[in-house]
Amino acid sequence: MATFIRSVSAEFAKLLTTRMWWVLALVLFGYIGLLAGGLAALFAGLQSGAIDPSAAGTGGQGAPPLGSIPPLIYSFASSVGYVFPVLLGALATTSEFRHQTLTPTFLATPRRAGVLGAKSLTLFVVGVGLGVVALLASVGIGALVMNAFGVDPLLGDGETWTLIGRTLLAMGLWAIIGVGLGALVPSQVASIVIVLAFTQFVEPLLRLASSFLDWTAQIAQFLPGAASDALVGASIFTGMNPTATAAVALDWWQGGLVLLAYAAWATAGGYFVSWKRDVT
Amino acid sequence: MPVGAVIEFSNITKTFGPVTAVNDLSFTVQPGLVTGFLGPNGAGKTTTLRILLGLVASTQGTATFGGIRYRDLPKPLETVGAALEAASFHPGRTARNHLRVYAIAAGLPSERVMAVLEKVGLAEFADRRVGGFSLGMRQRLGLAFTLLGEPGVLVLDEPINGLDPEGIKWIRGFLRDMAAEGRTVLVSSHLLSEVQQSVDEVVIIARGSLVHRGPLSSLDAHATPHIVVDSPDREALAAALRAADVPFTTGRSGLVAVADDPARIGHIAFSAGVELSALHRRKSGLEESFLALVNGADS
Repeated sequence: MATFIRSVSAEFAKLLTTRMWWVLALVLFGYIGLLAGGLAALFAGLQSGAIDPSAAGTGGQGAPPLGSIPPLIYSFASSVGYVFPVLLGALATTSEFRHQTLTPTFLATPRRAGVLGAKSLTLFVVGVGLGVVALLASVGIGALVMNAFGVDPLLGDGETWTLIGRTLLAMGLWAIIGVGLGALVPSQVASIVIVLAFTQFVEPLLRLASSFLDWTAQIAQFLPGAASDALVGASIFTGMNPTATAAVALDWWQGGLVLLAYAAWATAGGYFVSWKRDVT
Repeated sequence: MPVGAVIEFSNITKTFGPVTAVNDLSFTVQPGLVTGFLGPNGAGKTTTLRILLGLVASTQGTATFGGIRYRDLPKPLETVGAALEAASFHPGRTARNHLRVYAIAAGLPSERVMAVLEKVGLAEFADRRVGGFSLGMRQRLGLAFTLLGEPGVLVLDEPINGLDPEGIKWIRGFLRDMAAEGRTVLVSSHLLSEVQQSVDEVVIIARGSLVHRGPLSSLDAHATPHIVVDSPDREALAAALRAADVPFTTGRSGLVAVADDPARIGHIAFSAGVELSALHRRKSGLEESFLALVNGADS
């Protein structure tokens, strides 16, 4: 147990002694802040009448029903920002392979499974930290903008705080998925390409394409991004989808379990694929 | 005072697919001595050391420190300090933080980090990123890592590679000091001449198999003895050697006779009335017998 605690401390030291974590946190804040602020202005402007609906090109139908704007905006933290904890997790693992730091790591702690567990736990905590940063952007900036347009940001609402809590959980789980992916695909470049391609193109397209048929939608709800959105409870994907497949979505706790299963599967798989292999 | 443990390799075999990298290798390494682990590049030295450290799984056989496998050591960094050939650093991390990470993982006090950086002469570069380090500085940082836990056993893979002459002199003294304090010191190299001045014992492998082990001086016994002899009248000298059945070749600085004792050659020349201008034993036996051992394994 003492060994595990020391491994966790060492993993924190590893993460915090290179620049990657704060570079990613900074970009995450800027990206989500811009997106949440911009779309909050658009939706709140439409709803409050400050923006003429016909000018927005939505045919006067685009404004979501009253009350749904704040969770939609706040959920950008995870529905868009989840790629950041995945990247950080994947980089944390692949840089050990790339820079051959697995050698000193395993010399200091020869029990490798414990090291992978410590890395997963560490990245979960740091992923939650990235979640805080993302929420500061989506809730902080989003609420300010909505308030300026006279839309209630629902900050006193219990459901808003439930969403915030579940977003943090989702971001932590995504970071573990990144750790596992990095072990499954130890090549850093390949890992980054997979993360970006899957999260930015493949999964959104799959979710969109699958939403037109009921049986494909049944399967697509188990995609990691869909499960994450189900866990958080709101998403730009489900909120904006005209075919309203939101009806075909997991409960929040099911989404959480599915996401946890992905994290466990990736990490356990990575352990056997690369982590326990010869370090040459 | 750190206590050195006996390193024991017993019947280590490692195959990578159809290739046998290490073949039934057994030897022990004693404390208080510097043991050179020698062999040409590709002989299996690094693989053997990585098996010893639990980084590579052996196909057969075990390697232990005082009877305990590396992965079962209760305090690995306080028992064994290892520096392997590969530069294992994150270039964006400073030297101090690099060591701090592993000091934390091993539960060592943070003061050890600066202590070992001072010991290897890197204290003034503690807060520089390792990415900007020269090969020699990286080697020293690797050594600093080995000393973190004040271990009784040092395992160093090619520690002299990339060092400048001053660094080489420094590490020779370092190895001698470590052994003199009672540690077990195992140093690999592909060049005998690199470690010849620091090692007491040698273990030589070629193609994954043991070809020789013993004190450094035991290599002398393997060397074919040569006597260099010359005369103003080389023809007469050659005739005398032929008559005495002493095999020889003609070298640049005279005739090179295969014989143990210069006095015998002197006597042959004297008996034949040949004047001598040179008579001495040829040095360089160690490197030569090392190469002979290593190449002998080829055939």
